[in-house]
Amino acid sequence: MAKRESPEVNAGSMADIAFLLLIFFLVTTTIGVDQGINRLLPRYEVDPPAPPINERNIMRVLVNKDNQLLVNEQLMNIKELRQAAINFLDNNGEGTCSYCKGKGDSQSSDNPDKAVISLMNDGQTTYETYIAVQNELVAAYYFLRDREAMRRYGRTYREMEYVYNDPASKAVEGLVDDLKPKVEKIQNMYPMRLSEAEPKKNY
Amino acid sequence: MSKFKKKKSGSLPAISTASLPDIVFMLLFFFMTATTMKDSDLKIENRLPKADQTAKLHKKQYVMYIYAGRPKANYISGLGSSDRIQLNDKISSVNDIKNFVLTERASRNSEDEKYLTTSLKIDKEVKMGLVQDIKTELRKVDQLKVNYTTAQGNPVGE
Repeated sequence: MAKRESPEVNAGSMADIAFLLLIFFLVTTTIGVDQGINRLLPRYEVDPPAPPINERNIMRVLVNKDNQLLVNEQLMNIKELRQAAINFLDNNGEGTCSYCKGKGDSQSSDNPDKAVISLMNDGQTTYETYIAVQNELVAAYYFLRDREAMRRYGRTYREMEYVYNDPASKAVEGLVDDLKPKVEKIQNMYPMRLSEAEPKKNY
Repeated sequence: MSKFKKKKSGSLPAISTASLPDIVFMLLFFFMTATTMKDSDLKIENRLPKADQTAKLHKKQYVMYIYAGRPKANYISGLGSSDRIQLNDKISSVNDIKNFVLTERASRNSEDEKYLTTSLKIDKEVKMGLVQDIKTELRKVDQLKVNYTTAQGNPVGE
């Protein structure tokens, strides 16, 4: 008797099955778009003591319930906020900051180390405005940090910080240890002193 | 014989579809790796505000989510129309956040705990009063790393 050949399995429906799976995954999943502004909240204290800060070292940003901005008692458009914050932080009024490029205005901040931006919003301010303000202020800090990191290490601070904070970086020998002093150095040069006052409760 | 010959000379050979499953599987695997599962059904509106000074969130195992917004149209009768907080699948109050954070922390191993970030997915119409309450609760349980999760875009443009 001749050897019987096994019949070929029909794979025509394989594509249908795979399409079915594909469509199932397309429907039940979302492409990860998770990104946002990272911030570190201050520790909770019942009665936070007010540190003695010279008035010219504070930039007061107020947002009212109609989402209007008041910066140091002056009405400001949000488009101008970033530059105003950069000018304030980089001012170097004392002349002690060797890496600053500010004007050295005696009415503005002494040193980026002392400069504080104080943000206060109303309970009725919308979250959208709050994020826009945060975004501009964070942009100001990152602009200055990136500028300094580029000058010193030839790469942006933003990129170094991401690698430094990524849990996956632990796997690479010496990577985190190498970045740590650099990241901390830049952080100390332009410390992010962005304080948020409790809003008045009227909601 | 002549019948077969005629056919062969007249029509094109059939295109083989044997590699079609391979192509589709490739697509399938791409989507499986590039996307994440929807884990909770949102009962609230969640249109994120725009920002461009953003950083990417790290892996999902280090993130917990807090949603806030106005209830969706079909839930308004049950939940009212004022801004609410949603933790996982449940509509919750501000007081539940403390427990939520502790549960989330306990469900992860201690090595991952210090990387744990709270992703705040808050609708752009929400009033700051509620956001401030959420933040105060987070501070009370020492969950200080937050990420204001946003959509990509320029907030002051247009």
